[in-house]
Amino acid sequence: MTKPVTAVSEDWRRTSPLSFVVRAITGLRNLAFPALALVFGSQGWQGGGLFVAPALLAMVGFSGLFTWIAWRHFRYRVGEHDIRIEHGLISRSARAVPYERIQDVSLEQKPVPRLFGMAEVRFETGAGGKDEVRIAYVTLAEADALRETVRARKTGEAVAAGEAAAAVEEPSRTLFAMDPRRLVTFGLFEFSLVAFAVIGGALQQFDFLLPFDIWDFEAWIELLAGPGHRLQELGPAVQAVGAVLALATLAVLGLVTGLVRTVLRDWGFRLEETPKGLRRRRGLLTRTDTVMPIHRVQALYVTTGLLRRRFGWHALWVVSLATDAKSASHVVVPFAQMSEIASVIRVAGFDLPDGITHWHRPSPRYRFDRAMLGALPLALGVVALALARPLFPAEAQAGSLLGAVAMAGIAVLVAVRERLLSRYDRHAIDVERIYVRRGWLAPRLDIASRVKLQSVEIAQGPIARRRGYATLHFGVAGGTLAIEGIPLEDARLLRDGVLHSIAGVDFSRLPG
Amino acid sequence: MDASDHEGDALTPLHPNYVKVVRLATLGWALPFVIGALVLESADTLPRGAFLAPVVLVALYLISRVPLRRYQARGYQLGGDRLRVVRGLLFRSDTVVPFGRVQHIDVQQGPLERAYGLATLVLHTAGTHNASVALPGLGHDDAVAMREEIRAHVKRETL
Repeated sequence: MTKPVTAVSEDWRRTSPLSFVVRAITGLRNLAFPALALVFGSQGWQGGGLFVAPALLAMVGFSGLFTWIAWRHFRYRVGEHDIRIEHGLISRSARAVPYERIQDVSLEQKPVPRLFGMAEVRFETGAGGKDEVRIAYVTLAEADALRETVRARKTGEAVAAGEAAAAVEEPSRTLFAMDPRRLVTFGLFEFSLVAFAVIGGALQQFDFLLPFDIWDFEAWIELLAGPGHRLQELGPAVQAVGAVLALATLAVLGLVTGLVRTVLRDWGFRLEETPKGLRRRRGLLTRTDTVMPIHRVQALYVTTGLLRRRFGWHALWVVSLATDAKSASHVVVPFAQMSEIASVIRVAGFDLPDGITHWHRPSPRYRFDRAMLGALPLALGVVALALARPLFPAEAQAGSLLGAVAMAGIAVLVAVRERLLSRYDRHAIDVERIYVRRGWLAPRLDIASRVKLQSVEIAQGPIARRRGYATLHFGVAGGTLAIEGIPLEDARLLRDGVLHSIAGVDFSRLPG
Repeated sequence: MDASDHEGDALTPLHPNYVKVVRLATLGWALPFVIGALVLESADTLPRGAFLAPVVLVALYLISRVPLRRYQARGYQLGGDRLRVVRGLLFRSDTVVPFGRVQHIDVQQGPLERAYGLATLVLHTAGTHNASVALPGLGHDDAVAMREEIRAHVKRETL
């Protein structure tokens, strides 16, 4: 190891004093609800107004005080072998993370810190997303320097004095970027009705603020059917138009929600290849900047959607021990054609299964059993309905017939789906990789590296044992990979082959 | 069904005391049901024995037969560079963990296991699936010896 340099001083450091201001401002948001409660609650009292203002001031004051104490007692140190963080006034906690164990470093800028030029630095260790190490907030320059230092320390490079702090712009190559037009197209495919859930939830929470009771259905019916029976007078044609309009509103709202969410999340999406690894930047209000070292990539997968697949749009995900904001894997290409994705896959050190000529498929017995297991309960239901039919009252006869037909239809669909899946589900193995493709309408392709697998398990349920097939589970760091319903002999051969690759290379010597 | 039906490789059986430990554990688990059946019996709502007889029969089967079969279904195989763990009566599972992928190793002992001189060896891997692979029913000394042997394979820098 080199001697400590300016960027790697042995001194404890605090986050930027401005971060206290940022935290205080974001803390105000948490005060909004108590403040509202105070204002509304005091309305009934005599002279309540006199009391409200000082109480609000006290709340803000206390919040500020606690924020200040928290800031004062948080400190970190970039040491020789590890990064250390200590925080807390009453219960103090100290954490040390060795550089070798840091999976990736990401910077996040939420809107308020961004206004102040601040960022939050996160060190992912793979010990589960919740307990990650974070330093919030430091200036952007300090954040960059921290990341540089950690990267340099991790790879054991000699850091010349002053060089790390400079955060030199390294040669990088853009692998994938989304222009606004692509982003809008992407957003249109991200149809989402989550807005309804939010609006519905908000209405339920705050319905006391509304001048009328929205859950009073009789009032609504009266309003619609009303004194002049307004709607009924208009006749079925207008009612149909109304229904179509309602559906159209739903569709538009869903599209707009999807669009807004996508633009907020993926604005300015840029994936670059840097000497440190894959660097991803995205976000309109909250900017995130993540670097994923390529040698930490355990596996990749390509997903698509029911509709977007018709237009050739796919997404590429990276599986590693580090976790993304909300999902276990990092999306590195959210919306692109396969040709664009293929080049990123090559940079990540993997290949698409283009050269594979020999695909294996799940056992036909597995397909048959799955179809039976899916369809049989439904078929039994149909029989039960048919037998019980004479018992139903006359007016329920039509309903029971409809139910029986619907169940039979679903049963046939289940069986047909299994039949089709037998054409689509497949897997292949070559000297380096395992490819697993699953799904019919929105297929998913998993690409894993043989030597990076952690364990192999052959699992068989009671039916599988009788029928001679098994499911092969692979342990993947940060993800899952399974080949379902393959003949037992195939499973054993695959396991032996993969184990041979794994056992040859120790975990600590996995190739970069 | 028996321990040697896989590829002709003989699996090492577990310590015979494992059967006793599983029996005692099952007993502790079944006792509340038997007591519940006794309470229902004392309420005299149904003919005598309507609750107690089936519950006791099932409990006896679970205590006498199942642990033995479970023991027969389990086994392990310690290779030069990997550990294979086979288990399961209805749902069979056959897991192989290469030593090179072991992150850390535990030797655990519950109170029952301690009374019978047994231990559970747990191998932890970085994988999400099979993050920890447990091998119960080993003699404590065997478990410790296995831990030492596996640990010797795990390179120092990964610890």
